[in-house]
Amino acid sequence: MNQFQYVRATKPQAAIEAVAKDANARFIAGGTNLVDLMKRGVMTPQKLVDINRLDFRKIERQNNGLRIGALALNSTVADDKQVRERQPLLALALNAGASPQLRNMATVGGNMLQRTRCAYFYDVTMPCNKRQPGTGCGALEGINRMHAIFGFSDKCIAVHPSDMSVALVALDATVQVSGPKGNRSIPFADFHRLPGDTPEKDTNLEPGELITAVDVPDGPFTKHVHYQKVRERASYAFALLSVAAALDIENGTIKAARLAMGGVAHKPWRLTAAEQVLVGKPATEETFRQAATVAMQGAKSFKHNEYKLRLGPNAIVQALKTAAAA
Amino acid sequence: MATNHEPDVPANHNENRRTFLKQSSLLTALALVPGPVVSAAEAKLDERVAEAIEQIPLSLKVNGKKLKLKVEPRTTLLDLLRENLNLTGTKKGCDYGQCGACTVHVDGQRVNSCLSFAVMHEGQEITTIEGLADGDKLHPMQEAFVKHDGFQCGYCTPGQIMSAVACVREGHAGSEGEIREYMSGNICRCGAYTNIVAAIQDVKSGGQKV
Repeated sequence: MNQFQYVRATKPQAAIEAVAKDANARFIAGGTNLVDLMKRGVMTPQKLVDINRLDFRKIERQNNGLRIGALALNSTVADDKQVRERQPLLALALNAGASPQLRNMATVGGNMLQRTRCAYFYDVTMPCNKRQPGTGCGALEGINRMHAIFGFSDKCIAVHPSDMSVALVALDATVQVSGPKGNRSIPFADFHRLPGDTPEKDTNLEPGELITAVDVPDGPFTKHVHYQKVRERASYAFALLSVAAALDIENGTIKAARLAMGGVAHKPWRLTAAEQVLVGKPATEETFRQAATVAMQGAKSFKHNEYKLRLGPNAIVQALKTAAAA
Repeated sequence: MATNHEPDVPANHNENRRTFLKQSSLLTALALVPGPVVSAAEAKLDERVAEAIEQIPLSLKVNGKKLKLKVEPRTTLLDLLRENLNLTGTKKGCDYGQCGACTVHVDGQRVNSCLSFAVMHEGQEITTIEGLADGDKLHPMQEAFVKHDGFQCGYCTPGQIMSAVACVREGHAGSEGEIREYMSGNICRCGAYTNIVAAIQDVKSGGQKV
């Protein structure tokens, strides 16, 4: 591993300044992804600013919703009484990710900032436009069974690995950030980027900007929710594909719906057109199948991930059926 | 590594073997490098290089013992335990957070010690497999693993036991399914899972304090 300078921040502003003025500096919180990437030489920061002492761990009621501190641990959020009561979809998605040990280390902010698990990104001997812009995409003509079916470009077909983010985009969360130019809010759907010509940029954060909290607004999705994760073993594996589904059902009719997919794009993939299909219709398998068909419009596969075109709609139907029965 | 800051830890029976391994790997490395470097190393230059690397003061508690150390920022918590403190019960399996062999408790919570830098644990309390037993009396989970044959080669066992203790303490050992889900961060290549689950269920139903 490369050598680096380690500094411990006690004030947010000092941490932000340290990272803003040094392109080779990075924040470190749980470290579960960054340390891994540093060991492999994928990321080589010259300075690490430890933000674990900053006061961003609280989960509290605020403005008709929950404000979840960026440094709240994944396990803390998943076990939090308010989260389980008001946003059970978020708790389900968190518990579907990683392992108990990793959830005890990983923070909410860090979870959002995870890098892709594309094998070509991780292998420094392979071309990868995300790791090293201009070198090409190894996955495009390579082993691409884990890769995107929506929103990719010829520069990058990697997917975002977070389960939590799939729930947060479905729940219309907002990301609070603090940076050298002050504070701002970013709607969750605008936080992550599609690869386009700049796959090296995963998010719309500016240099030095620090996530301080995620706001999740109250909603009617406290009962009929499900997080369907399809993976190659029963637990502790990244998603081949996942679906976050939330329904508000009254007398058998869907009043409101939220739907998003993971493992299909460079960002958590909200399915607003499919949600509109669901609203006002009976909560039946036929309705769910119609929504799934709309959800998959525009999907395109590569040599090894054609299965996702069939797995996707089936997982959506399964997620909606399970949510409706919950 | 900051050998002059090594705390007074009890010698264990592995120490001679480990010292030999360290020496022999050093000799192998020297045999592969060109002459001038070898002579520099012989002139103790390697130690001067090591000292030039930044050393960060670090206070923490390991198995109940307060320690004041100096560590290089790159040292993971796992390497600190194994290489600096000679607590080799905690195992290095994958070193990438995928196998769970390195599981220890930090302030009572189970974590993968390979995926965090030691300097990030200032002021915290670490418990390793060596800190679980009460003197010569095994922890109930250790006894249960012996009773149920919860291992074969034994390499993953310290991590399995640390994780299993946490699993019961967290209240995630309510059923076989729940145990399997909440033990999924610990891989056993020998496949002793059935007996590991039996050991955890035994401890859980036995109602002993874990």
